[in-house]
Amino acid sequence: MKRRELSAVELLEDCLGVIEREEPRIHAFVRLSEELARAQAEEADRRFSGDGQVGPLTGIPVAIKDVLCVENVETTAGSQILRGFRPPYESTAVARLRAQGAVFLGMTNCDEFAMGSSTENSGYFPTRNPHDPSRVPGGSSGGSAAAVAAGEAVFGLGTDTGGSIRQPAALCGVVGMKPTYGRVSRYGLIAFASSLDQIGPFTRMVGDAALVLQAIAGWDRRDATSVDRPVDMLSSLERGVEGLRLGLPREYFEAEGMEPGVRAAVERAVLTLERAGAELVDVRLPHTDYGLAAYYIIAPAEASSNLARFDGVRYGARAESAGNLLETYLQTRRGGFGPEVRRRIMLGTYALSAGYYDAYYLKAQKVRTLIAQDFERAFESCDAIVSATSPVVAFPIGAKVADPLAMYVCDVLTLGGNLAALPGVSIPCGTSEGLPVGLQVLAPQWADGMALRVARAYEAASNGS
Amino acid sequence: MTLTRDEVRHVAMLARLGLEPGEEDFYAEQLSAILAHIDRLREVDTDAIEPTAQVVQVGSRLREDLPEPSLPQERALTNAPETKDGFFVVKAIQESEP
Repeated sequence: MKRRELSAVELLEDCLGVIEREEPRIHAFVRLSEELARAQAEEADRRFSGDGQVGPLTGIPVAIKDVLCVENVETTAGSQILRGFRPPYESTAVARLRAQGAVFLGMTNCDEFAMGSSTENSGYFPTRNPHDPSRVPGGSSGGSAAAVAAGEAVFGLGTDTGGSIRQPAALCGVVGMKPTYGRVSRYGLIAFASSLDQIGPFTRMVGDAALVLQAIAGWDRRDATSVDRPVDMLSSLERGVEGLRLGLPREYFEAEGMEPGVRAAVERAVLTLERAGAELVDVRLPHTDYGLAAYYIIAPAEASSNLARFDGVRYGARAESAGNLLETYLQTRRGGFGPEVRRRIMLGTYALSAGYYDAYYLKAQKVRTLIAQDFERAFESCDAIVSATSPVVAFPIGAKVADPLAMYVCDVLTLGGNLAALPGVSIPCGTSEGLPVGLQVLAPQWADGMALRVARAYEAASNGS
Repeated sequence: MTLTRDEVRHVAMLARLGLEPGEEDFYAEQLSAILAHIDRLREVDTDAIEPTAQVVQVGSRLREDLPEPSLPQERALTNAPETKDGFFVVKAIQESEP
């Protein structure tokens, strides 16, 4: 674009053409913002003709998960309860993209309030996997993953609470990254579980993920958990893995439900990294078996508190037939929330209720400490940990809907990274049964650049570019 | 741990979630299955372990408590189902008059 070989408007029209062709097949977007996108693309072209600052994302079309508030653009967290909500303010991550001159294509489908691993819990419709439309794209950020995989958007934004960026990236065959907790401001993110949520990019190449993270990361006075540390995602990206020690946690390779084809693809990727100069070391994460249980107390407990605000008073849908305030609450929340959200609110409320707090919530937070200590110990003997992102490839739509626990197991290799606040990248590493497999790279807290570097080294070694 | 229908009804009321007829059984069964998995946490010895209070160690950060511009009232009210004179309107807390 700097060389004026392609204009932002042309790139946008190209994306809109792909959207028109692909959307009837994959349903990645819940709503498009074409008018805004055209205005932004024209503005970007004005910048390129010398009227303003140009950055790496100027004029680049992005698909935004429907949980990140975009000022005056309907944002609903994939839920009927927020239908019609036009945020009066903008999330920091989105504002930073806007300031760079990115072009907003629209809001992407997700599991309602980001609760799910297949995007089937959307309050609107399921999104389909571009590689096989009879299968799920993963979730909860399945719309952004599918949009990038189908070429509808150049990059996407998602959120990851237990794997909701990395798992759909794996299932759709794109790059997805969850940064260290605190790296990206959560201001304006419709909260699911505040101690676990992080915003991150979907891209086709690792270098692009680094550019997006560079743009959105950094301290923000509006999020007290964002951290003031230098943000350098780019300088070590091309350094390769020569001399790095990569940890292989046995527990992650032998995880329950691990498909042989997934394991084989990941083992081939590990050999590729070894040939590229990495030293492989065995590490142990002994509390892995308890991660899912701890997560499914902590995340629903935080959700039950965060979602109390959806009461039909200040925003969103309200049940109009109620005769008094209590009935307003009960009816609004009955009609507005889908079954998975109701299930998690009840689970969380139960875990926090009188008599059960110590047995469930406090116990889970102690186990969380042990899981974080497992990773600390593992990182004493390695620079990064590699494993599969998801134990399974994309599954058929409807296959796991009736069994919540079977769906939850999809996150067994990713949620540890959230409990321990680690950065993690998922990068495509071949196929199993003709469907994409993801390689996960986890790094110590704040070593986001290391996770990207290892992922980039794999990308370079596997396709020679 | 299994959840009874009464417990489901109690938890749903605590969370202000209205239930459809028959949903107590549906959720009692599903939540009991999830809790059965979660019960494995009991196997872990956590007697000497501190619960996680802060996942990234940043300490407490304070700022000067100075007034500054915030969301204007009319903007804050734009998404409300019902407003009057700059306030949110809710139904009566007591039963309405017959």
